[in-house]
Amino acid sequence: MSVNINIKNAVKRYGDNTILSGLTVNIKEGELFTLLGPSGCGKTTLLRMIAGFNSIEGGEFFFNDLVINQMSPSKRNIGMVFQNYAIFPHLTVRENVKFGLKNRKLTKDEMDQRTDEMLRTMQIEQFANRLPEKLSGGQQQRVALARAIVIKPDVLLMDEPLSNLDAKLRVEMRSVIRDIQRSVGITTVYVTHDQEEAMSISDRIAVMKDGHIQHIGTPKNIYQRPANTFVATFIGRSNMLKGLLNTTGSKPTLRIHNTEFEMNTIKKDIKLNNSIIVSIRPEEFFITNDESQMKGTVIDYIFLGLNTHYTVKLESDELIEIVIESSIDSIIQPGTLIHLGVKLEKINVFSEDGSQNYVIGVENDNVQEKA
Amino acid sequence: MSKKKLDVWSTISLIVLLLYVLFLIYPMLNLVVQSLTNKETQTLSFEYYEKFFKFPYYSNTLINSFKVTISVTFLTLLIGTPMAYFFNMYEIKGKSWLQILIIISSMSAPFIGAYSWILLLGRNGVITNFFKSTIGLQIPDIYGFTGILMVLTLQLFPLIFLYINGAMKNVDNSLLEASENLGFTGLRRFKLIVFPLILPTILAGSLLVFMRAFADFGTPMLIGEGYRTFPVLIFSEFIGEVSGDKGFAAAISIIAIGITTIFFLIQSYISNRKKFSMSAMHPIEPKKISGVKNVLLHVFIYTVIGIAMLPQGYVIYTSFLNTKGMLFIEGYSFTSYVQAFDRLGNSIQNTFIIGGLALIIIVLVAVLIAYISVRRRNYLTKFIDTLSMIPYIIPGSVMGISLLVAFLNPPFRLAGGITIMVVALVIRRLPYTIRSSSAILQQISISIEEAAISLGASNLKTFFKITVPMMSAGVIAGAILSWTTIITELATGIILYTGRTKTLTIAIYTEVIRGNYGIAAALSTILTILTAGSLILFMKFSKNKDLSV
Repeated sequence: MSVNINIKNAVKRYGDNTILSGLTVNIKEGELFTLLGPSGCGKTTLLRMIAGFNSIEGGEFFFNDLVINQMSPSKRNIGMVFQNYAIFPHLTVRENVKFGLKNRKLTKDEMDQRTDEMLRTMQIEQFANRLPEKLSGGQQQRVALARAIVIKPDVLLMDEPLSNLDAKLRVEMRSVIRDIQRSVGITTVYVTHDQEEAMSISDRIAVMKDGHIQHIGTPKNIYQRPANTFVATFIGRSNMLKGLLNTTGSKPTLRIHNTEFEMNTIKKDIKLNNSIIVSIRPEEFFITNDESQMKGTVIDYIFLGLNTHYTVKLESDELIEIVIESSIDSIIQPGTLIHLGVKLEKINVFSEDGSQNYVIGVENDNVQEKA
Repeated sequence: MSKKKLDVWSTISLIVLLLYVLFLIYPMLNLVVQSLTNKETQTLSFEYYEKFFKFPYYSNTLINSFKVTISVTFLTLLIGTPMAYFFNMYEIKGKSWLQILIIISSMSAPFIGAYSWILLLGRNGVITNFFKSTIGLQIPDIYGFTGILMVLTLQLFPLIFLYINGAMKNVDNSLLEASENLGFTGLRRFKLIVFPLILPTILAGSLLVFMRAFADFGTPMLIGEGYRTFPVLIFSEFIGEVSGDKGFAAAISIIAIGITTIFFLIQSYISNRKKFSMSAMHPIEPKKISGVKNVLLHVFIYTVIGIAMLPQGYVIYTSFLNTKGMLFIEGYSFTSYVQAFDRLGNSIQNTFIIGGLALIIIVLVAVLIAYISVRRRNYLTKFIDTLSMIPYIIPGSVMGISLLVAFLNPPFRLAGGITIMVVALVIRRLPYTIRSSSAILQQISISIEEAAISLGASNLKTFFKITVPMMSAGVIAGAILSWTTIITELATGIILYTGRTKTLTIAIYTEVIRGNYGIAAALSTILTILTAGSLILFMKFSKNKDLSV
């Protein structure tokens, strides 16, 4: 049985040091919800509060309608996968997986049946009687996952579970985790600092910074319509340029240095004639022959196969990065003057302090935190 | 956090604290009070302290002790450090056997060495007589300072060796290669790279040697003759028929603790500043050397170990000699063993009962204290952790006196019984076992326990099903080491024992004093066999085969 996790005004302090000051988030039943952020942002702290290993200094944590603040971690019915796997080294793979079942009221047959089933699902039955030290990292990861899921927990918590694996295994285990999570349909909270990992497996992502949630949304929305400049630069790469938002006629126009663009995506209630920050991702530029567009000089390039990345110096002396699909003809050499068009429907425009996105289409489930 | 969880571990913490208050704080405070109380008037007085510093007869023992202790520490470093260095750098024939011999010699009671050296080099010693009769050479006297120095150095250099040997195993070979690459080899590399790396260990080992040498009572008692050291003074003032002044003995005890505390603080201050952690991915590979160097290397190592083993060997040899009164005579037999079992058989039984009880309690309490101080850090557990370390700096005879004085009278009349012997052993040995248990626990990731808890196991179940089994190999190895120190303990036991609770070591000591060398030799041999047997057990249980004392 899966639950909805509702966290209201969570507060976490270590002595005088406040890590979380009133964080609110609602994690829906059955979804894979990722806490993403740089190290020290409080994501693991929050996860461990849900697990019960960190004390809760304020606020309320609900599993459905049940407040779990004071509940012992052993009673929360949580499956947890640790960063270092935390596999019991003195127990065999089977005993590891079975460990949690011994604390449920199950007959021996049921226990064995469920253990075997899980060993099979995770494709580790051939190692069942081995000690964990004999297993590779990926196999240990499967044992940890099996052990967490076999107890049929209400919630699955994963703390950077893939960070100890090599790049190839990491990609493979991502889909293993995704498939298992989908088939079991269990509410899952996943912590990572790897944005690509977060994008590839999450239903929704909460981007965190300094103990505050910046943006909660689907991977697509977070990437395409980030709530603020932090999210825009943390997720993927963005060129942040200074600009002005004006009106000519009825339409808002965006002015970047000497070039003006007519914008269709600006929200209605935005005050115009303002300094703004415009965020343009490298792939949102295109090279054009239209000399009315932005001018720049190629400084450097990196050929990466599918795409070629160019570093370009604009007339304003700002350096930007652009990505162009590699073509069969020669690479544009440094020193070449080029003109750059912008895919206007894709770019984002932020208030000068970077806190607000002026573009239509931002879906942020993050409710305003209490002051 | 649930309330129940706090209960289990808090209750255990409180019980442990209570035991420490009863068996450590109370006796120590009692000792302080005794040392400051005038016996007649029952008022506060510093007369005992004045007495000590006024009469050179007393205060000289302090200077004697310093001379002995500092010289011994220096000499053991001079012998132990190169030994450990050579052991790790070069291939040495019979290395693993030599290592076992070094460990065995470190585990025997020092006073046995002293009495054996008297049999060898004393006024009527075998070697002395040999030189006198064959070439008419009078070997210098070994009684007094020289004798104490020799016996304690040979007894304690293995500690330095074991400490540094352990540290050398953590020095990464690439560090040596890097320094060689930069043009430093041999002595210069030792000075610039190896020595700084093992310096914290050298300091820790020196402190241990210092404490042991300072507190050793059997050696100066037997071989010191007129050369009285501090523990001898404490013992004779306490037990001595002449004065038997408890207040004065208490004052001297307090002074002794003061001195060891100062040295302990200096050592920890220095080593905290020099501390760093090492772990070698590629340990040093011993190299083969040849020619003169190789010969000299082997001569040095075999000579040192040979001399260190000589007293042990000679004791075993004499245990099979026939005796007549106090003299060894021609012919071999098991008479000494028969007599030993006849008269003192129960001392072996006592050793097992008292030592065994102490060991069980030590392991149990050490694991609990290690757990609460590593995993449940709070002011209470920190305090207990600090408390448990105090006995480290209390000399054995002082510990014995404090317990005896505290529990001589009701309501806590324990003196003369088995309990007080067990308590003394437990308190003295706990610091070492706690340290080793904590070290093991710190290597176990806490998320393993969290995993068990999140899977629904209770705190106690997690502790017994997950934590304890993971610690067990290390704890058992530590327990066997504790066992060897328990069965060779003398300084505390000699003050607390009665006829009923005499252990093997005490029996050997009393037989030596009475001049029953045959029986003493037989008992010593039994003790050596027990120790060696424990060591073999240890090797079986210990994975890395490396000994940390």
